[in-house]
Amino acid sequence: MERIKTLTSNTLKNTMEKGGCGECQTSCQSACKTSCTVGNQSCENK
Amino acid sequence: MVHQYKNNGYNMVLDVCSGSVHVVDDLVYDIIEICENRSKQEVVETLLASGKCYGKEDIEEAYDEVEALRENGQLFTEDVYQDTIVDFKKRKTVVKALCLHIAHDCNLACKYCFAEEGEYKGRRALMSYEVGKQALDFLIANSGNRVNLEVDFFGGEPLMNFDVVKRLVEYGRSREAECNKKFRFTLTTNGILLDEDIMDFANREMANVVLSIDGRKEVNDRMRPSRNGKGSYDIILPKFRKFREMRGDKSYYVRGTFTHYNLDFCEDVIALADAGFDQISVEPVVAQPDCDYAIREEDVGRICEEYDRLAKELIRRAKEGRPVNFFHFMIDLTGGPCVYKRLSGCGSGTEYLAVTPWGDLYPCHQFVGMEDFKVGDVFCGVEKTEIVDEFKLCNVYAKEKCRNCFARFYCSGGCAANSYQFHNSITDCYDIGCELEKKRVECALMVKAALSDMSE
Repeated sequence: MERIKTLTSNTLKNTMEKGGCGECQTSCQSACKTSCTVGNQSCENK
Repeated sequence: MVHQYKNNGYNMVLDVCSGSVHVVDDLVYDIIEICENRSKQEVVETLLASGKCYGKEDIEEAYDEVEALRENGQLFTEDVYQDTIVDFKKRKTVVKALCLHIAHDCNLACKYCFAEEGEYKGRRALMSYEVGKQALDFLIANSGNRVNLEVDFFGGEPLMNFDVVKRLVEYGRSREAECNKKFRFTLTTNGILLDEDIMDFANREMANVVLSIDGRKEVNDRMRPSRNGKGSYDIILPKFRKFREMRGDKSYYVRGTFTHYNLDFCEDVIALADAGFDQISVEPVVAQPDCDYAIREEDVGRICEEYDRLAKELIRRAKEGRPVNFFHFMIDLTGGPCVYKRLSGCGSGTEYLAVTPWGDLYPCHQFVGMEDFKVGDVFCGVEKTEIVDEFKLCNVYAKEKCRNCFARFYCSGGCAANSYQFHNSITDCYDIGCELEKKRVECALMVKAALSDMSE
């Protein structure tokens, strides 16, 4: 059995170069309105 | 910083600052737990002495694999973002999203409503077309180079002023080409006034619709009665089902609130799923402890168990080929938001503002009615820049409680309004909310692990 299965690697650091365009959705406009759920938003600048 | 936990038979390891997520066996899990300040030899000796029956060669081999992750920047990475990329004070922000309070009035009397039956501590009022038009002009003028502009029709109940909604959509569309903007309109409704014409309109024009319903009939009707005290479930459910059917592949959510009275809210998610909805959000109520329905400190353990139960149920349904998307378990591991977005939070008070029926601007819908937070109006623009600056500085590094929290890149510091409600400060945290958010992140990552098993 493999010891380590990596589901995703280094995604945050990789966004330092290209990120920050601000075109993505504001989190409270999606469904919440009472909580902050930024991590589930999608990037619009892939 | 590493966060590791066991859930549903999975050993999960989250490397917080790189965003890497690993599923590991027991040996690797144990090594990661102790290896940070120990040499290879010390790790081997510690585990050999632990009574866990690991062989020396296995430990050495697994240790090397852990080291490889570290060398690849996927484990024990440092937080390099604070000093290198964001100067929050100098950050120039533009407005890109408005929450239009199209009606400060409601045809339901939901007991937990933060808008107090739609009136937000003020008077009943409907937004006029002129105020709404000015709000859209304000948004266009203050959105800099941003192309995608978001406008949520909110309330109270926005369908009580549907004619204005229609006219504003028409006006917004008429300005898109000349201004090089794209409006994404969304609608949050309790469903009472929905009819086929409105559904048709919404399916043409609304990028997303949020349909408020709490789940099981008895749960919904207890907290979401009409003004004459009767439950709303039997009126809204058939309309929402019809709407869902007509909506096809377009975005929607059925969205409920759970309270102290339905800590078994997994049943409500199941009830909504069984009623034919596959995009579901059911969220904890945020209320002061003196409210009978408020979530209390002692409810947290029970709610966390319920999230575990829900996670398993969602995995089961996915395996059976009838997946349900639960909003609070959504994490996009590969295409999620950039670190800038994750650091700057929800954007309230800067990118996102709420507009009252008479055109006043507030940092977000939850601050509406708190006079001290009024930042300006759609006619004169943002005047109290000191309030905007305060929100600009509101980020994970400004919050003591977030600095060392493993979930900080997922909730981005949490909700400023909740923080203010409980601590009179926008840079604190609503503690119960934090506990639940951490649990949700754990469940969400575990679900990813389970679904990735399934696809192999």
